[in-house]
Amino acid sequence: MRTRWHLLLRSGTFGTGAAIVAFWIGCAVCGRYIVPFDPFEDDILNALAAPSRAHWFGTDQLGRDVLSRVIVGARDILLVAPLATALGVALGVVLGLVTGYFRGLIDDVVGRVIDALLALPLVIIALLALTAIGTSTWTVIVVIGIVFTPLVARTVRAAVLSERNLDYVAAARLRNEHAVYILFAEILPNVVPPVVVEASVRLGYAIFTVATLSFIGFGIQPPSPDWGLAVSESYGLLDGGIWWPVLFNTLAVASLVIGVNLAADGIQSVVDA
Amino acid sequence: MTIGRILAKRAALSLLTLGLLSAMVFAGGQLLPGDVARAILGPLADAGAVANLDRQLGLDRPALLQYWDWIAHFATGDLGRSYSYRAPVAPFIVSALEHSVKLGAVAFALVVPLGIAGGVWSALHAGRLIDRLIGLIGLSATILPEFVTGIVLIMIFGIWLKILPIAANWPPGAGLTTQLHYLLLPSLPLVLVLFGYLAKMARAGTIEALAADYTRTAVLKGLKPHTVLWRHVLRNALLPTITVTATQLGYLMGGLVVVETLFRYPGIGSLIYAAARDRDFPMLEAGVLIVGVIYTLAGLLADTLHALLNPRIRLGETE
Repeated sequence: MRTRWHLLLRSGTFGTGAAIVAFWIGCAVCGRYIVPFDPFEDDILNALAAPSRAHWFGTDQLGRDVLSRVIVGARDILLVAPLATALGVALGVVLGLVTGYFRGLIDDVVGRVIDALLALPLVIIALLALTAIGTSTWTVIVVIGIVFTPLVARTVRAAVLSERNLDYVAAARLRNEHAVYILFAEILPNVVPPVVVEASVRLGYAIFTVATLSFIGFGIQPPSPDWGLAVSESYGLLDGGIWWPVLFNTLAVASLVIGVNLAADGIQSVVDA
Repeated sequence: MTIGRILAKRAALSLLTLGLLSAMVFAGGQLLPGDVARAILGPLADAGAVANLDRQLGLDRPALLQYWDWIAHFATGDLGRSYSYRAPVAPFIVSALEHSVKLGAVAFALVVPLGIAGGVWSALHAGRLIDRLIGLIGLSATILPEFVTGIVLIMIFGIWLKILPIAANWPPGAGLTTQLHYLLLPSLPLVLVLFGYLAKMARAGTIEALAADYTRTAVLKGLKPHTVLWRHVLRNALLPTITVTATQLGYLMGGLVVVETLFRYPGIGSLIYAAARDRDFPMLEAGVLIVGVIYTLAGLLADTLHALLNPRIRLGETE
């Protein structure tokens, strides 16, 4: 475990990704105190001003400072995506442990349901579910978490399958340990590495999905300064040559997605090593 | 197992998957808060009229019966009636599909040669700068959301260089070349998302084939490098790539929702988006189920192609 930490900290890929993510987490947590303007204050007389010395990234259609909104815009997506990932990983680990350990009917049934779920792209499942139960921050978290559950479960199940026939599991069984104990105290600690990899990859997808859903109006809701939302509110202005509210928010999404994926890539290569 | 039996089994599984999928889509409709008849008649209609319409629409019957009815109609091409348009859903779906097929075809026509060429080129220069560059481009293009790449492309080609139109609505009666001109920009985000997967598969397959014994034999018996590459390496290398290509057809559908919305293109993606926005559930259910059917068929197609192209399966040997 210690050598793995070492490898991870020395990995340039992970370092770069983690630095980008840390930067945005810093903005999400302390953004309110470092922004040059109040990100929520309208200034209609100064709407859609081009980037200038006062407003480095210009102002949006309500005259709000784009730089300030980009800085605090990290908050909601960095709350929603990790929570959704945590939910999906927690449920997926339980489901994967159970289906991998007991096999049989549960395994078959869950396998078929997973196939059916996977027969649709994530964005479309989320649209369907959010239309049915209504869009709010919490429903977005729950829907993404639930869609992730079978995907995580599949990875965990595969890892459990190769563990369940090992001697330590047989020993625990002979000691007459309860199945819950065997699953969570014996097998779970041994499948942590693939779970960590899966969680980091899922986080990348969660950010992708939350940003996309916000862009089409089914994710984070106004008046949040969320990036995807800001892009959807302002991309219609591109025709008129107003590029600044769109560009800076788009770049913010891109940098966060790339950061998370670089970090996930670093974690994966260390775990595989 | 013979190829027929493999495919029959695969088809049966697909059918089961679709059955489950339709049940989930239907369950989504049941979760929808509020009353369908109320939604159609509006908030001012009186309770008696609402109950009456509920009965006419068969909505007072048990859910299982309604589900069966919906599926039975769906199978015969009756996809239900839209709440928003007060008209049958089917014509809307057909027209949207036509548009999406055009967009998807352009994207595929671009990405398949590009992805395969990129992957093979990468493999032939494994470890060199060009290989790492292609890998990096592929990876970043694949992980970025379509609206991000779409916006960047609009800004570069539509706003800055002004060489491509930024909305995909061609003037009525436009010929094929004009349509292609309008479809080029919207297809690029899809191309970017798919390029990474395809190039990665083609690269892995080529590297494996290059290292295989039959390639060594071919080289040692003095065949020209060109012949070795085309007849020995690529034939084996591209088999998994072809399978992946067919599977990508399904992934494409997710991207369509975003891309068609961004470029205001009237395809199946923007139909699903509009139906979700207007809470037009029959339209949404039909759209989603159609996407599911296409997705599942694409998977089936992938497996069939794989079986037909792989002599080990085609000739009935066990793998």
